[in-house]
Amino acid sequence: MPGLEDLYREIILDHYRNPRNRGELPSPPAVRVEGFNPLCGDEIVLYLDIEDDRVKDIRVGGQGCSISQSSASMMSTAVKGRTIDEVRALSRAFKAMMSIHEQSLDGGEEGDGEEAVEGPPPDVKLGDLEALRGVVKFPVRIKCATLSWNTLLQGLDERTGEG
Amino acid sequence: MTTTPAVDPLDVARIRKDFPILDRQVHGRRLVYLDSANTSQKPRSVIEAVQTYYERSNANVHRGTYLIAEEATAALEGARAKVARFIGARSEREVVFTKNATEALNLVAKAWGRAHLRPGDPVVLTELEHHANIVPWHQLVEEIGIELRWIPVGADGRLDLTDLDRLLDGARVVSFAAMSNVLGTLTPVERLVAAAHDAGAIAVVDASQYVPHVATDVGAWGADFVAFTGHKMCGPTGIGVLWGTEAILDATPPFLTGGEMILNVTKEGFTPNELPWKFEAGTPPIAEAVGLGAAVDYLEGLGMEAVRAHEVSLTAYALRTLTERFGDDLVIHGPSEPSERGGVLSFAYRDVHPHDLTQVFDQHGVCVRAGHHCAKPLMRELGVAATARASLYVYNDESDVDALSDAIAAAAEFFST
Repeated sequence: MPGLEDLYREIILDHYRNPRNRGELPSPPAVRVEGFNPLCGDEIVLYLDIEDDRVKDIRVGGQGCSISQSSASMMSTAVKGRTIDEVRALSRAFKAMMSIHEQSLDGGEEGDGEEAVEGPPPDVKLGDLEALRGVVKFPVRIKCATLSWNTLLQGLDERTGEG
Repeated sequence: MTTTPAVDPLDVARIRKDFPILDRQVHGRRLVYLDSANTSQKPRSVIEAVQTYYERSNANVHRGTYLIAEEATAALEGARAKVARFIGARSEREVVFTKNATEALNLVAKAWGRAHLRPGDPVVLTELEHHANIVPWHQLVEEIGIELRWIPVGADGRLDLTDLDRLLDGARVVSFAAMSNVLGTLTPVERLVAAAHDAGAIAVVDASQYVPHVATDVGAWGADFVAFTGHKMCGPTGIGVLWGTEAILDATPPFLTGGEMILNVTKEGFTPNELPWKFEAGTPPIAEAVGLGAAVDYLEGLGMEAVRAHEVSLTAYALRTLTERFGDDLVIHGPSEPSERGGVLSFAYRDVHPHDLTQVFDQHGVCVRAGHHCAKPLMRELGVAATARASLYVYNDESDVDALSDAIAAAAEFFST
C-alpha cells in the first residue's frame, strides 16, 4: 500500500511551497497558453518566450493542488534554456514515466498502447522530475502531474502553427 | 432553532451493522464514509433484495405469461408503488423510472422543453444548481434560443430572493434544487413553486439531495416535476425517478423511444403507451427498481423524521466541534444554522488544496470528496476552484466527525510550512 511519502516527496513539497518561475511575461511576444483539469478545477497558465527554437524564458500562473503546482514548477526549471527538440524529448520521457502504471493497470506490460510503442527516449535524463514517479501509484493524481506538460506541448504546437 | 426531536433518535450502532461495507478496513483503519451526497452505502436488505430477485424471479417484464415473468412485473410495479407512497404521489402513474436524476432532468428539458419552449422564453435556474440542472437547459439555449436567468446565492449560502419577481417575470420554467449538493442549503421549495405558478411557469424540483434525507411530500410542494435518484438513498445505481403530475406528463411527448413505451406500432407511426410506461423505453432497470423498493422500506423503517433529526443534530455537532478546534483556519461554506441545511459540509483548510486534504484523509480511512461537485457556476460565486466536501447519513455518528477532525489536523500538520 503506497504511503503519503511516496506521493509527497520532499522536493515536491519544496516546489509547492516555493514555486519557481512563478508569474507572467508580456504576451505577445510571449506565447500564453492555458490548461485545465476538468475533474478537479486545477488550472495552469504558461507564458513561453521562445527564441531561435529555444525556450528562453518561462513563467507559470494558475492554481491547483500541490502535485499540479509543483509539477509545473519543476517543469519550468527543467525546460528553461532548452531547445524545443530537447523539451519534446523530455516531455515524452516524463509522460512515459507517468503512464507506466496506467499500462500495468490495464493488465500487463504488453506494450499495445500508443505511449508504450513510442517509449521513453533512452538518452533523456529526468533529473529532479524523477521525484514525481511516486504519483503513478495514485492513478487519480496522474492528470495533476501531467497538466503542465500537456499545456506546454499545446503552447509549442500553437506556436509552430503560427509558424 | 435546534429543537429536541419529537422522535426516537436513530440507533446508529445498530444501523451500522446493516451496512456490510462499514466493516471494511482501508489502509489499516476502519472505513469512515463521509461521501453520501455523492452516493450512499447500501444496507444488506437492499443487496439481498437484488440478489434474491436475480436468483428467484429474473425475467423480462410486461410481456411473459409465465409465473416468474409475472413475479418480475409485480416486483417492478411493487417498487413503483413503494416509491409513489414514499414521496406522497397521488398514483403510480406519476412515477417514471429513469437511469438517474440526470436522465430525469434531461427528460424534462428535452421532452417537455422542446415541445413547449419557444425562442426567447425565460427559464429560471439558481446559482446552486448541479450541472445536471444546467447543461440540458444550455442545450436548449443553443437549440431553441431560450433565455436563462439565475437566482443568485447570497454570502450565507442561501438563495437571494430580493429580485425574485423581476427574475420570474414572463418565465416559462423555474427549475431548482431543493437542497444544494455543495452547501447543503435547503431552498424554500413551496415559496418558489408558488412564485413560479404565479408567473405562469412550470416548477421543476431537483430533489436528489433532499429525498434521501428529509420526508418528502410532492403534493404539498405542488411542483410539476420532481427528479431524484436511487443510489443516494440506499438504493442501487442505475435507477432514478421523475415524478410529474399526470397533467404535465400527458402534455410531455416521449423522450427515449422503442420497446415498452408503445401501445401500437405500424409502418406509418406509433401510439405511445399509457403513463408512466410512455417514458420507459426498452427493458427497464428491474433489479435496480427492486433494490430501490427495498431502500424505501429500509428508510421507512428508520422513519424519515428520525433521519432528519439525526442529521441536524450531527451537523450541529460537526459545525461546533470543527469550528472550536480549527477556528478561522477552517472555512465551512453554507448556512451556519443546522436546521437550514442538510448534512453536507463543504470546507477549506487555509490554502491547502482540497485534493491534497482528501489524499491525506484517505490514509486515515476517511472518504471525502474533493472537487467542484458538478457545480462550477456555484464554485465561481464562492470564489474557489474546488472544495472538500464531507456529507453525513444515517450510518454516521460523532466518531466519524471526530475521525474527520483528526484527519484535518493530520493534513494541516503535513502541509504546514
